[in-house]
Amino acid sequence: MTVAVSRRAFLQTGVAAASVLTIGFRPDHTLAAGAGTQGLTPFVKVTGDGTVTAIIKHFECGQGVTTGLATLIAEELNIPLDQVNVEFAPADVEKYRNLLFGIQGTGGSTAMANSYMQYRTAGAAARTMLIAAAAAAWDVPESRVKLINGHLVSDNKTAPMGVFAAAAAAREVPAAPVLKDPAEFSVIGNPETRRRDSGPKIDGTAQFAMDVHLDGQIVAVMKRSPRFGGTLVSFDDSAARAVPGFIRAAALPTQTAVVVYAHDTWAAFQARDALATEWDFSDADNRSSDEMRSDLLAMVKTEAQFDAKGVVRDASAALDGATQVIEQEFFLPYLAHAPMEPLNCTIAPSPTGVTLYDGTQMPTGAQQALSAVLGIPTDKIAVQSLYAGGTFGRRASPDADYHVEAALAFALNGGAQPVKLVWSREDDITGGYYRPSVAHRVRVGLGADGHIVGWDHRVAGQSIFKGSGFESFVVQNGVDSTSVEGVRDTLYDIPGQYVGLTDESTPITVNWWRSVGHSHTAYVMETMMDMAAHVAQRDPVEFRLAHLTSGSADQNRLAGVLRLAAEKAGWDQQPLPGRRRGVAAHKSFGTYVAEVVEISGDVESGLVIEKVICAVDCGTPVNPDVIAAQMESAIGYGLGHVMRSQISFSNGEVDQSNFPDYETLRISDIKAIETHIVPSTAPPSGVGEPGTPPAGPALANAIAVDGPRITELPMTSQDVNFA
Amino acid sequence: MSNQLTVNGQVHDIHMHGDTPLLWVLRDGLKLTGTKYGCGVAACGACTVHVDGEPMRSCQVRVADVEGAEVTTIEGVESEVATAVRQAWDEISVVQCGFCQSGQIMSAIGLLTENRQPTIDEIESYMWGNACRCATYQRVRAAVRRASDILEA
Ligand code: FES
Ligand code: FES
Repeated sequence: MTVAVSRRAFLQTGVAAASVLTIGFRPDHTLAAGAGTQGLTPFVKVTGDGTVTAIIKHFECGQGVTTGLATLIAEELNIPLDQVNVEFAPADVEKYRNLLFGIQGTGGSTAMANSYMQYRTAGAAARTMLIAAAAAAWDVPESRVKLINGHLVSDNKTAPMGVFAAAAAAREVPAAPVLKDPAEFSVIGNPETRRRDSGPKIDGTAQFAMDVHLDGQIVAVMKRSPRFGGTLVSFDDSAARAVPGFIRAAALPTQTAVVVYAHDTWAAFQARDALATEWDFSDADNRSSDEMRSDLLAMVKTEAQFDAKGVVRDASAALDGATQVIEQEFFLPYLAHAPMEPLNCTIAPSPTGVTLYDGTQMPTGAQQALSAVLGIPTDKIAVQSLYAGGTFGRRASPDADYHVEAALAFALNGGAQPVKLVWSREDDITGGYYRPSVAHRVRVGLGADGHIVGWDHRVAGQSIFKGSGFESFVVQNGVDSTSVEGVRDTLYDIPGQYVGLTDESTPITVNWWRSVGHSHTAYVMETMMDMAAHVAQRDPVEFRLAHLTSGSADQNRLAGVLRLAAEKAGWDQQPLPGRRRGVAAHKSFGTYVAEVVEISGDVESGLVIEKVICAVDCGTPVNPDVIAAQMESAIGYGLGHVMRSQISFSNGEVDQSNFPDYETLRISDIKAIETHIVPSTAPPSGVGEPGTPPAGPALANAIAVDGPRITELPMTSQDVNFA
Repeated sequence: MSNQLTVNGQVHDIHMHGDTPLLWVLRDGLKLTGTKYGCGVAACGACTVHVDGEPMRSCQVRVADVEGAEVTTIEGVESEVATAVRQAWDEISVVQCGFCQSGQIMSAIGLLTENRQPTIDEIESYMWGNACRCATYQRVRAAVRRASDILEA
């Protein structure tokens, strides 16, 4: 048979859609293919009508993963990106584990890093098998068949690739399909590529978890202890009963909250407001922020609990021998993530167990939490993934807090009815799971040549991972690596460095927050580098480069982004009159970012952020426009919090409650952001978080050019005003 | 208790308390979930709809107060300006998580309907109340400019 079948003729037979080539992986990670999904985890499907579907194992929270993974398939199949459909994978840790976490999850900017070869390999296998099927049918060597723009082409023959889907599915899967040469990439790295999820987010049809309305569904909201660590003594719902739509209230068995059920969200909020509660605060954290601040600062002035570096190179001897020693303390507040979509999820009974409707970062964690509370095995817990309205880390937490709450609410209601747990914005701001508040104390010694000779660095704050299921991955010798990341693994040449860590313990709950430990360590490291450059009377860019001279790839890449940002910012020339510039550079999540912030105005009447120049090296840039968007987002997130945001406490209660007082970045705050991407063929690394760490210190360093050196945040609490 | 409400040209009988904010009537009552809840206190703009063509924060409007008015949501907004705004939003890939974007778009349509050629300052002051936690502001600004160009072309 060598007859080329036209697509139309094929469609008319009506069997086209039934033939399908599925490529995926077996449990042992080897490639597999077939007509169905038996024995394999599908990553890409090609159907008889030519439809290509990429199965997305990560969740979409705006970071562009849908676009990124579809791009890999499009590239290997030689088709335009808009011809790849996407489907979210079901929650199934065995099949879709994050290769870097060991569970199915999205976080730590790992989505692209762990998927790059998997998706390309699956796409390449599909291409190879389609070509082989066509070559066999046409009786020509495989080398004479090409897959171009959705068509198999050989000399005088051509056919839509879907025609060969069934034949391809019957063939042996290649053990190691040949990937495309990066020199021939046309989709990967294409700056014209636009993200795939714009349509439904522009016309209002995108379904977020908050938009779930199931038949018979009721809404649950929680009245939680107003102080962390408080326990419920009693509650009185007599006033709540008068609220139309109120169903009932019940204490959680944990005595940490009262759940209020109602027929709709507004009724639930109203009824909760009408609830009277009494709490026991004897085990609560009843301190105010001033006290918390002095407690943390005291911890960095005494012997540290843990030696976090563990390398025996004597920092104190080096500091003793230094010509000049710069010493500085820092205090950084708790921060809320405040994703635009307040937390929520819905649990509904299903014929075999339950279904969770959520845009969760960690389906595996959610399944385990539901399983523990409901006593249902995880394989009976289906997870329906929806869009997440932002997360920044919050839609996952070490103890799956909101999934546990939802499961308790579902169970307490009898388990026969769908229950949607909703957090109000006030719940979100006052509800904990914050970026920990931290203190740092740093002593930097400079030698006679103006080089750093010693660095003594103490950190105090809460551990995010201790006591969680992830402890064994992250905590070693008592040290939670995320408390000191960015300090103990600094890329700068520092002959003697000591890093001491002291854990604070309080019932205030903490969580990973966009860039985790780097969100505070980069602020401190890059402020200290600037202070040191100033004392050494050296240019801040030159000073940093002079400490990145070992020739290692790591140092070269950080130096590379520093040089690029400096060049694009015109660092060699004087800034315009009235403008000041600050620089910072930091590596996190395998990605190197340098930023130059340019400001005008003054701290009394109001500063203006005129420009942020960003240079990023994230390995192979898969979707340059998505990378630029992520840099813009991460810079805005970093700057907004450093400028104005804090969670503070009065007698154990959070002072802020909503966006008016937990102030968020606004459209007028940053006048322009420019992103420059370093060309690279290195494996791609993450882009969701690494733009955040350098933003704050770059701004602080710009302010310090002729203004105050800001070592406590937010800046507005230090008499710095923004226009 | 029942109110009549006209949304996207359709009249609905609403069986929710007259004090209920329009936002929750749209979302929970009519299942028009394109309009988002972000703060409930007029601080984020995610809930922006048009009432008789004017952008309003639906979390601040009692449903009883808009009886007889024409409410337009992201699902129903249609005009030359709306088309231009959507085209610009798509071209510039403004959206990230998307949760604030219905509100951004409803505000942008409001702005360009009253002022087809806004300056950057005018864009910033009109759109200031639309918070975006993903910080898509640079692209919001660019997309409003682009939509303005499309309209002027
Ligand atoms: S929900 Fe109405 S302004 Fe935020
Ligand atoms: S796009 Fe996420 S809040 Fe604006």
